[in-house]
Amino acid sequence: MKNLNSIFAAYMIGWGVFFLFFVSIVKRTNDLRSEVDRLKKTTLKEK
Amino acid sequence: MAWRRILFGVLAIGLVAGAAYAAFYVAPEERTMGAIQKIFYFHASTAWAGETTFFVCFVANLLYIWKRKPQYDWLGVTCAEVGAACITVVLITGPIWAKPVWGIWWTWDARLTSTFVLWILYICYLLLRTLVDEPDRRALLSALFGVFAFIDVPIVFGAIRWWRTQHPAPVIMGGPGSGLDPVMRTVFFFNVFAMHVFAAFLIVERYRLASTKHDVEVLQHEAEAR
Repeated sequence: MKNLNSIFAAYMIGWGVFFLFFVSIVKRTNDLRSEVDRLKKTTLKEK
Repeated sequence: MAWRRILFGVLAIGLVAGAAYAAFYVAPEERTMGAIQKIFYFHASTAWAGETTFFVCFVANLLYIWKRKPQYDWLGVTCAEVGAACITVVLITGPIWAKPVWGIWWTWDARLTSTFVLWILYICYLLLRTLVDEPDRRALLSALFGVFAFIDVPIVFGAIRWWRTQHPAPVIMGGPGSGLDPVMRTVFFFNVFAMHVFAAFLIVERYRLASTKHDVEVLQHEAEAR
C-alpha cells in the first residue's frame, strides 16, 4: 500500500489528540471531585 | 450512572473502530490518489462532527443570552472545547494528506484559512473564559463571543463552493458533477455517524466536568461567605 506511513501517521496522531483530550477531561474531573470532597469536609467540620 | 457512561464510551469506540475498518477494508481504493485517500474518511467526518458541535455551542450561547441558565453556559464551553479538539485533528490530518497529494503541507486558500481562523476563534473563546473570574459575567461574555465565532462555520462550509480553492471540491452537497462512489458514500456516512457518536460521548464527559466546576465554585462561595 503506497503512502502507508502518511495514513498511519494521520490516524495515530488524530486519535492521539482525542486520547489526550479525553485523559485531560478525566484528570480535571477527578481533581475537581477531590476539591468538592475537601470543601464538603471543611464545611461539615465548621458546622 | 457510571455504567451507562462506560457503555456509551464502549459503543462510541466500537463505532469509530468499525468506521476505520470500513474505510480501510470495505471502501474501494480511489483511482487517482490511491490509498492516501483513506485519510478522507477520518478527516472529513471529524470536520463534520466538529462543525455540528460548534452549532450546538452556538445554540447554547443564544439560549444562555436569552434565559441566563448556567446549564447553557456549561454546554457552550463543553461544545467549544470538543469542537476545538475536532478541528485540531482536522488541521493535523489535512496536511498529512496534502503533502503526498499536492506536494505541499499547507497553502493559504479559502477553505484552509477559514478552518484555521475557526480554530483560532474557539481557542480565543476558551482563553477568554480564563480571564474573567465572575461566573455570570464570564458566561455572558463568552456566549456573546461564541455567537460571533460561529459566523465562520458557514464560511468554512461555503469556502469550497463559493471560491476556487486548492482544497478538493465538495463530494457531498457539491451540486451537479460531484459525488462519490455508492460504497464510498455509505462508508463515509458511517464514519460521519461514528464520529458524531464519539463527539457526543466527549460532550457528555466534558459536561460533567463543567457541572463539577460549578459545584466547586458554589462551595467556595459558601466557604468565603462564612
